[in-house]
Amino acid sequence: MSPSLRRVFLASLLRRRLATALSLLAIALGVALGLAVQLIHAAALDEFGRGMRLLAGEADLQLVGPRDGFDEAVFAQLAARPEVAVASPVLELEVRLPGRDDSLRILGVDLFRVLRVQPGLVPLAERAGDEDGRFAALQADNVFLTDEARVRLSQPHRGMDGAPQPPALEQGKLRVQSGVRGFSLELAGRVPGAAGVLGVMDIAGAQQRFGRVGVLSRVDLKLADGLSPAAGIATLSPLLPPGLALREPEAAAQEVGTLSRAYRVNLTMLAAIALLTGGFLVFSTQLLSVARRRREFALLRALGLERRELMHGLLAEGAAVGMVGGVFGVALGHALAAGAFRLVGGDLGAGFFRGLAPALQFDAGLSFGYLLLGVFAGVAGTWLPARAASRVPPARALRAGEGERAGLPQAQLRTRHAVAMLALAGVACTLPALGGIPVGGYAAVMFVLGGTVLGLPALARAALPLLRRGRGVTWRLAHARLSATPGQAVVAGAGVIASVALAVSMAIMVSSFRVSVDEWLAQVLPADLYVRASSSSGSGYLDPEALAEIAAIKGVDKVDTTRLVNLRLSDEEPLFSVLARPAQGNWGLPLVSGSMSPVEHVDSLPPIWVSEAAADRHDLQRGSRFELPLGGRVQAFAVAGVWRDYARQHGAALIESGDYVRLTGDERINDAALRVAPGTPPAAVAEALRARFGAEHITIALPGEIRALSLEIFDRTFLITYLMEAVAVLIGLFGIATTFAALATTRQGEFGMLRHLGFTRAEVGRLIAVEGALTAGMGVLAGLLAGGAIAWVLIEIINRQSFHWSMDVAVPWGALALFAVTLVVLAALVARLAGRHAMQRSAVLAVKADW
Amino acid sequence: MREGRISAARTVRPSRGGFWLRGLPVVLLLLAMLLGIGAQAQDELSSYPPVVPGRALVFPQDFGAHPDYRTEWWYITGWLRDAEGVERGFQLTFFRVRTRIGEDNPSRFAPRQLVLAHAAIADPATGRLRHAERSGRAYPGLVEAQEGRTEVRVDDWFLSGGEALDASYHSRIQAADFGFELAFAPDRAPVLNGKAGFSQKAPDPLNSSYYYSRPQLAVSGTLRLDGAEVAVSGHAWLDHEWSSEILPEGARGWDWIGINLHDGGGLMGFQMRDGEGRAIWGAGTLSDPQGESTVLGPGDVRFTPVRRWRSPRTGIEYPVEWTLALGDGRRFRLQPLMDDQELDSRASTGAIYWEGAVRLFALEDAGGEASEREVGQGYLEMTGYAERLRM
Repeated sequence: MSPSLRRVFLASLLRRRLATALSLLAIALGVALGLAVQLIHAAALDEFGRGMRLLAGEADLQLVGPRDGFDEAVFAQLAARPEVAVASPVLELEVRLPGRDDSLRILGVDLFRVLRVQPGLVPLAERAGDEDGRFAALQADNVFLTDEARVRLSQPHRGMDGAPQPPALEQGKLRVQSGVRGFSLELAGRVPGAAGVLGVMDIAGAQQRFGRVGVLSRVDLKLADGLSPAAGIATLSPLLPPGLALREPEAAAQEVGTLSRAYRVNLTMLAAIALLTGGFLVFSTQLLSVARRRREFALLRALGLERRELMHGLLAEGAAVGMVGGVFGVALGHALAAGAFRLVGGDLGAGFFRGLAPALQFDAGLSFGYLLLGVFAGVAGTWLPARAASRVPPARALRAGEGERAGLPQAQLRTRHAVAMLALAGVACTLPALGGIPVGGYAAVMFVLGGTVLGLPALARAALPLLRRGRGVTWRLAHARLSATPGQAVVAGAGVIASVALAVSMAIMVSSFRVSVDEWLAQVLPADLYVRASSSSGSGYLDPEALAEIAAIKGVDKVDTTRLVNLRLSDEEPLFSVLARPAQGNWGLPLVSGSMSPVEHVDSLPPIWVSEAAADRHDLQRGSRFELPLGGRVQAFAVAGVWRDYARQHGAALIESGDYVRLTGDERINDAALRVAPGTPPAAVAEALRARFGAEHITIALPGEIRALSLEIFDRTFLITYLMEAVAVLIGLFGIATTFAALATTRQGEFGMLRHLGFTRAEVGRLIAVEGALTAGMGVLAGLLAGGAIAWVLIEIINRQSFHWSMDVAVPWGALALFAVTLVVLAALVARLAGRHAMQRSAVLAVKADW
Repeated sequence: MREGRISAARTVRPSRGGFWLRGLPVVLLLLAMLLGIGAQAQDELSSYPPVVPGRALVFPQDFGAHPDYRTEWWYITGWLRDAEGVERGFQLTFFRVRTRIGEDNPSRFAPRQLVLAHAAIADPATGRLRHAERSGRAYPGLVEAQEGRTEVRVDDWFLSGGEALDASYHSRIQAADFGFELAFAPDRAPVLNGKAGFSQKAPDPLNSSYYYSRPQLAVSGTLRLDGAEVAVSGHAWLDHEWSSEILPEGARGWDWIGINLHDGGGLMGFQMRDGEGRAIWGAGTLSDPQGESTVLGPGDVRFTPVRRWRSPRTGIEYPVEWTLALGDGRRFRLQPLMDDQELDSRASTGAIYWEGAVRLFALEDAGGEASEREVGQGYLEMTGYAERLRM
């Protein structure tokens, strides 16, 4: 392209600065959001992987099993195999720190074996005098802390309620808890090779002090020379008891990646919708700009410009907008990611990577990819207008007055396409998930959006006659104009539709989800009071003696218990949760199918109730047989019902406490649900419990508090979603502003004529405002319809396939109505502001210029 | 480093103490560390059973471990010859240490007993020792020192045998650059050192151990150096010793020999040195081909350094050649298979010492003309040179 032509095209972008800036911003936001999600995840996964590699050291394979550990017999068996050069046993404890909400991960290791397999975990004694304290690492009461752990534990901790909690490490003593008993470990030194908040102690001491004698959580293996990890897995796996698996250390990072994948894909798709909205915005501004410059192009064509060159020039405009927007987006994405690390940590608010402090890294490939996406959005948005412009015969375009109308899309053609796209959306909904990703669902969302945009003129034609009645001249004029040029609705409304659809669908989905979660919480927490010593994998627990003491407290009517363990069903799947508790009692179970009564005649197997996720994954219904590796054996159960579980995305099952204890011999309890005798205030019972066990050793919660906390976590999780909605709506409003700014310029003659006919300037302004409101109204209407459809897809297809949970649809009618009205009013204001320019010229001049 | 640890042991522990002769720098270090752990360990010191004279050694029972005692080792040294006549020295040691840690702990991982193993090959073609070690806490089936017969193991390294008085031993060691699998056949009953197995180490009889030797073990098996495996045969010497006490006050180090004599007999001798290098105690056992032994008292074994060699790696100087005078007037010369048989295990146990294959020459005055002839092959151990040099 010659320099003069470049000026013709690219300079046009500079002439309409506002429109260009807004398109640019929309693309930048889309690119930034998508990139930020990827960057945050990559950094968090990287950090997690680094941590895993450090812990695994030089291990070729890791033996993993239930989170609560497994019988250590398999360790001796593996260590004695000729395929295994060294086997290093690890007991991993999530140690509760009395009086604090945070916990400390302590690894119980065998010093002699850790030296050869995981050198990063070797403890180094620090003592006065010159003796080498290496064997201090054998003392049962000695603990070694990383520098980070030492700093963190020496400081007061801010609790979840905001109240300061005491330091866990004081004067060389670390206060820890096992069961409901607190005791001290001696700080004996450092773990110089490890990073993060971590402690190391002798494995025998860890087993003894934390009541885990005979239990390991992991065995890291170094294989004999020349044996590949795959060959090692093939040879050794047959020796393993059920519920244990061998895997390469890298697989742990993959497992976490799998855990968060569905959430991540959802966020990325939201970012993609933002980018799409940006593309629509480019489309609307380019379409108008092309329409307005039609005579200019015709002149250029007449002067000898090739059709192809014209097309290229226009596409270059789009590419330039996309490129600059993309560059801004990449920069903004990095800034967003950096901010997110500071504010919510690396888990995007979803809790997958708790406790990690990842560092932001520049990823050239990823950044370039997102930059290209920005350019693509710019080019794609320009494609149709550019093609249309290049096809118009110059002679016709040169005729005055043809201008804007001829450039606008033809409605009839689009309607057929719209119907086809909506039909495709229906088909896409029937597709199953691909590798756990609801591809069909996302495709359906795209088809619904596209179909609605294309169907907007038809919708406008159908809806506008209903509004024809009466009212003032202004209304009739605006109505008539919109009815005559339904294409204008597409141009201005496309951005609105996409953003409104996104916002509405998310609002409906989040509202349904929140209402369902709230109801679910009410169902699963029917007791008066809940007591726990620590979270499921922590070192605090309740034993039968503690339970007996709880039951003996005055005012306690009935005590029911829950034991939560996480099992490994296969090598590939993430951990599976098993809840052991009385099926009937103080714990509610929100059944969606089946019943609380066991199935009879299924080989007299013990009953099991599975969560929806488990039912989906393992294809279970009432009467099915389901096997779990419990206590080192495979145990079959008969499915009695399916329940709704929002807490454990990868599947959970409930079995009777009695069956669990009989099969495993494990009598420990995580949570106890208390029914208080009538007339006794729960607070009095809570006080008695605190006095009995020590307030720092147990956590007591009232159902109301748990609900409030859960909903708070819920809202935090969806924070990023709300943010994206706001961005999308903003982009939609930009769309209206640019469209009307552009339209107003082309209609100066028309406005001049109106002034000539006696319209006051204010009345012209009102006309523009009404047109804006009507256009936006059409867009909002279409957006609401599309949003409703997309919400259905999100709830029934995407959530179902990604997270395997169902929810009851709850439409926030009031909020949606308010949102729609606000948007229409804002659109009117924005249109009025945008048209201000056009009205300021004198009527005579305006008319004269046009003729 | 080692100096620091040993002196730490000496300062922490009050005047009573024992001595382990063979050795064991490694064990010493371990104990120094364990003692350093706190007053608690010291209080329990007295509950290790004392080593007293008059306890009869009973075989095969005493071939096995004595887990109540603080420390114990099975120490095999010897010479190997392959089909081409190349001679190499080898050394294999299993130590057992009772830590008194976790004795009330029901965990199978409780570190009540530790087992450590060292192996080395002295190959003149290599020019220095090939050396490897393994260590672990006792764990059933994996790391053990069993009672009743010789059965010690650290993972895949083991020494087993001694089921009967004349039973053979069998051992397998696999390290990165060498490995061996050897059988050791005795031809006589164990030789008891000291007073019927009660071996005094210092002027104070508290510093003693139970100690027997098995000279002239016939060795056969295979030796691997890097990738090449060869069949070997030869002769070896086994020491088994257990005790509860540690180094006496003022002791810096020791020199020890165990020599298989060509006439079928065996000679064990040691001296213990103070900070100035003077002998503060010495003893030995001379046995004939039938196993009949003569006990050599403190005045009957005198070591005199002849030639020194300085290690290029550590800068430590060792007297690698000695003359040895016995009480009956016989004189011998010790000459190493090669000078560089320094064992530097600072990376693992922290000890540096010299442990190597030596030839024994008898020095004779035949008609006023000095002559010498080789009368035996065995091993020499020298410890405590590092810290003396640094003083």
